[in-house]
Amino acid sequence: MIHARGLIKRFGDFTAVDGIDLDVAPGEAFGFLGPNGAGKSSTMRMISCVSMPTAGELRILDMDPVREGSRIRARLGVCPQLDNLDPDLNVRENLTTYARYFGLSKSEARSRAQNLLEFVQLQEKATSTVEPLSGGMKRRLTIARALINAPDLVLLDEPTTGLDPQARHLLWERLFRLKQQGTTLVLTTHYMDEAEQLCDRLVVMDGGRIVAEGSPRSLIETYSTPEVVELRFTDEVDYTGKLEGIGRIDPLPDRILLYADDGDAAVNEVHRRGLTPSSVLVRRSSLEDVFLQLTGRTLVD
Amino acid sequence: MVTTMLAARISPSRVGAVINRNVGALRSGPSYWLVLLSGFFEPLLYLLSIGIGVGALVGPITLPDGRVIEYAQFVAPAMLAVSAMSGALSETTFNFFFKMKYAKTFEAILATPVKPFEIALGELSWALVRSSVYTGAFLVVMVALGLTSPGWALAALPATLLVGLAFGGVGMAISTLMRGWQDFDMLTTGQFALFLFSGTFSPVQDYPAAMEILVAATPLYHAVELVRGLAIGELSWGLLGNTAYLLAMGAAGLVFAARRIQRTLCV
Repeated sequence: MIHARGLIKRFGDFTAVDGIDLDVAPGEAFGFLGPNGAGKSSTMRMISCVSMPTAGELRILDMDPVREGSRIRARLGVCPQLDNLDPDLNVRENLTTYARYFGLSKSEARSRAQNLLEFVQLQEKATSTVEPLSGGMKRRLTIARALINAPDLVLLDEPTTGLDPQARHLLWERLFRLKQQGTTLVLTTHYMDEAEQLCDRLVVMDGGRIVAEGSPRSLIETYSTPEVVELRFTDEVDYTGKLEGIGRIDPLPDRILLYADDGDAAVNEVHRRGLTPSSVLVRRSSLEDVFLQLTGRTLVD
Repeated sequence: MVTTMLAARISPSRVGAVINRNVGALRSGPSYWLVLLSGFFEPLLYLLSIGIGVGALVGPITLPDGRVIEYAQFVAPAMLAVSAMSGALSETTFNFFFKMKYAKTFEAILATPVKPFEIALGELSWALVRSSVYTGAFLVVMVALGLTSPGWALAALPATLLVGLAFGGVGMAISTLMRGWQDFDMLTTGQFALFLFSGTFSPVQDYPAAMEILVAATPLYHAVELVRGLAIGELSWGLLGNTAYLLAMGAAGLVFAARRIQRTLCV
């Protein structure tokens, strides 16, 4: 579906995407994980054939985005990072109007809009204007709009950023259904839980480059330990020396992370050494830890 | 050759879809109808107050070829050209700018098979629809007031479409260069200057020579000349020059606007 080699995007002197290689297979759910400014959105805009690569090779659906952009876009569904729904149209018209850009007939547009409104659970809002909808509803409508042409490849740029937990779960559930129907999904996110929920395979991006690639599980296994202990101390003492030998130590401004195969055993050892942290949390390792290990920085902010 | 190249790549159904979007927007908002209405009444008020009101003081005027017409007959075609201009401009400036910069409408459209040139063409076509609603209604008023004959009114209608095309194209081009709403003040001022000095209320031959040359370079002058020539049945070879000027202006604006959409939104 997507094939890229040495893909580069520059804006003046700034290199947003710095030579990445990618292959996405049909039916796959593929994710770009990285902090803001990592080059995820620039990559997505190139894949959606809106922005042209500065250098490198890119093929989408086995076509050339530079010469066949319009034909490729006919088979893509794009859900942008910021909702750009049409404020002058109501919910249903947002879908039917969009369908016409793909050359669908009026009646076809209407029946697809009806099905998609049901799919994203917005049938009751069909005649409402867009403006009063909640963030989650707007995002669902944007996703419905992205599906109006029955696309082979759906691109979602940070689909759940800024949504409350309930809205996120509803969206994940809908996206999971799409995936089960065999639609190829490509999404960007800076949420680890989202990547773990939705992606079969993902790349971690930082500073315009791909720093790691694999399934969420394999990334965690490669770059982290099965469990992580989070320790907080109330005093300002440097504890790194006192914790030496228990596991790999990552001191963060507000807490110390202790990477261990067995979290409880690590906590026992901390107590045996006479240390008294104000709070102790043993949890499973996540992609956040992978990112921290790879870049030395936390993902969100 | 350029036109065949373009025709091969431009899809009428996609251009139609862009127009269809604007029809939908028109249907769903009552405020839009009010804007439409005000655009029709403005030139009509000028015609009644100046053309007929002031006209009573001015008396009949003599054309360069010696023909004598009522002052209202002289002013009415100019107001017709102005209504074609303002219809096309209000659509391609305020509305176009809003869709391009704030509502991100074009950004959403560019994620589909629709190309920048097709957006520009669709927007221009829609501006022509709006412009011709104004001019059509205005021509009916002119015929009713005996300011032109039905035959010459029909002849003037395509000329007003050309005026809409010219100003619509340039309006879009200007909109793609606007940085914010404050820039529209300059546009409004420029539009008003054109409105006053394009041979609208007095023959340009009455201006000082330097002024006459300057005015002959501006677009509304050509629009007024063309529309007036047809509305009062005063045909001359000069009308072809006016037509060429307006055609070139519309085409240049269209191509420039499409290129700017590509440059600013497809990065």
